[in-house]
Amino acid sequence: MATKQTPLMPREEELISSSTAEPTLESTTALLRELVSILRENRTELRQEWARRITESRLLTAMTREEVFAEATTVYDNYVAVLETGSVEALQNYARDLSERIIPRGVETQEVLGVVLLLRDVLARALFKKYQLNFDLLNQVLDAYEPAANRIANTVAVGFVQERERIIRQQQEAIRELSTPVLRVRERLLILPIIGLIDQQRARQLTEQLLRGIRENRGKVAVMDITGVPAIDSPIANRLVQTVEAARLLGATVIVTGLSPEIAQTLVTIGVELGKMNTVGDLQGGIELAERLLGYKVVPVEDVASRSR
Amino acid sequence: MDVPILKQSRYLIASIQSALSDEDLLRLRDALADLVGRHRARGVIIDVTALDVLDSFATRTLRAIAYTTKLRGAETVIVGIQPDVAFAMVQLGLTLEDVPTSLDLEEGLAFLDQQLEESPAGP
Amino acid sequence: MLLTDTENENQVHLHIASSADVVAARQRARALASQVGFSHSNLTVIATAVSEVVRNIVEYAKEGEVTITLINRGAYRKGVEIVAADQGPGIPEVSIVMRDGYSTRKGLGIGLPGARRLMDDFEIVSEVGKGTTVTMRKWVA
Repeated sequence: MATKQTPLMPREEELISSSTAEPTLESTTALLRELVSILRENRTELRQEWARRITESRLLTAMTREEVFAEATTVYDNYVAVLETGSVEALQNYARDLSERIIPRGVETQEVLGVVLLLRDVLARALFKKYQLNFDLLNQVLDAYEPAANRIANTVAVGFVQERERIIRQQQEAIRELSTPVLRVRERLLILPIIGLIDQQRARQLTEQLLRGIRENRGKVAVMDITGVPAIDSPIANRLVQTVEAARLLGATVIVTGLSPEIAQTLVTIGVELGKMNTVGDLQGGIELAERLLGYKVVPVEDVASRSR
Repeated sequence: MDVPILKQSRYLIASIQSALSDEDLLRLRDALADLVGRHRARGVIIDVTALDVLDSFATRTLRAIAYTTKLRGAETVIVGIQPDVAFAMVQLGLTLEDVPTSLDLEEGLAFLDQQLEESPAGP
Repeated sequence: MLLTDTENENQVHLHIASSADVVAARQRARALASQVGFSHSNLTVIATAVSEVVRNIVEYAKEGEVTITLINRGAYRKGVEIVAADQGPGIPEVSIVMRDGYSTRKGLGIGLPGARRLMDDFEIVSEVGKGTTVTMRKWVA
């Protein structure tokens, strides 16, 4: 059984003769250029081999065969382009774009990494096959190929992970927003119940939501209830004070209710004059104060009933 | 760029249309000081809805306007500070303390009416 | 030294010589920063910080330069950088001026601690008699 051997290209003979010398940047570049042309020449078969391996390993099951092949084509071309230009920027952009599309489809990180590593392997095997007769040259070729291939795998994986993190952050933001609604309970009266721990992000979001709520509902008084907040540190306490001040700039008065003794102490520590701030023990009391400020007369239920008789 | 100032019964309403240079703001201050005296205005509304930034200079000047007009018998209220602008202001540490603020023109007028009711003789 | 204002899609360079330039600088900063995905709220924050810092130049150094550059090194390194430089009198004891609590102090550097609170990164180099350079950055979350 005779194996078909591709004839050595002229440049390879040059390289063989200098194979014992240290690889120069020139020779690495020359090697990579040659690699690129090999990979381009055999594009169709290598890509098919890759797609076959992907299916065999049961990766990217969330995508259809056509989709896998289409993306494989782009990835392959990008891969080869990186080897050629040395620049990963185009690949980075593509990786992000691809990730944005496939993450919602449920594709996992290990699948993406697996797929890229498969391509690395497929191409490496092609190189083994081509240079099998010359071990020294094969080594040089791999010396040039491997760092580039690893960089590519890294770029794609990192791009994917970053995109995932971005999406998670977005979702967290949405959840935070949902968990702190600004409620309009009466004309001009808003309630902002806050439950749980507040970090810088959430504090900022609270302020924005309250201010937006004041503007949209034409709120004049807002009761910010922090009964459900176990503790806050000085920077967050500062943020709360800023929220009250910002609301005032929009013409609204904020009543803070549900201050625990600890939180009250924190506020005092950062220099807040609690006397200047509207604070009431509990939410109910805060609402009553708010209604008084708005000019509502709060009348006990029995009085109303007896009057209407 | 001059800020249009309207007279509505005993009030003056200054509507800032766009970003003002420092000179524009100072001119506004002088114009209001003058007009308050001339028309014996009891209240001034400065509408900053169109301002996308209120920095330390603008804030100082608005406070100066409020102070000057008060000396001449008029209460000044700032209306229309945008949520984003308010947010940036408080982070910068600018609070417009002592200067009344209201949500919008309507609220500003209601505020002034209430002030006048409470102290018909003047602030 | 007359420097012309320059602009390419990622950077704006302005010569500051009057208070009108304060408005121009903050408007250009807002416009440039909006290309990189800042929230509306943060655009206002950036514009305010630029206003403070550039105003400082006008008030104490009479003139200077401000350069606003977009940072776009990948999806997670996006932001804007503002460098405001002058060859004015410089701020003596700049580290004291920058300490919070000095924000109520009238005069030199009044806007600077505030600007720092608004931005994510903030560096100031100032030497009496030589001038001041403020470098500040804000990142898209």
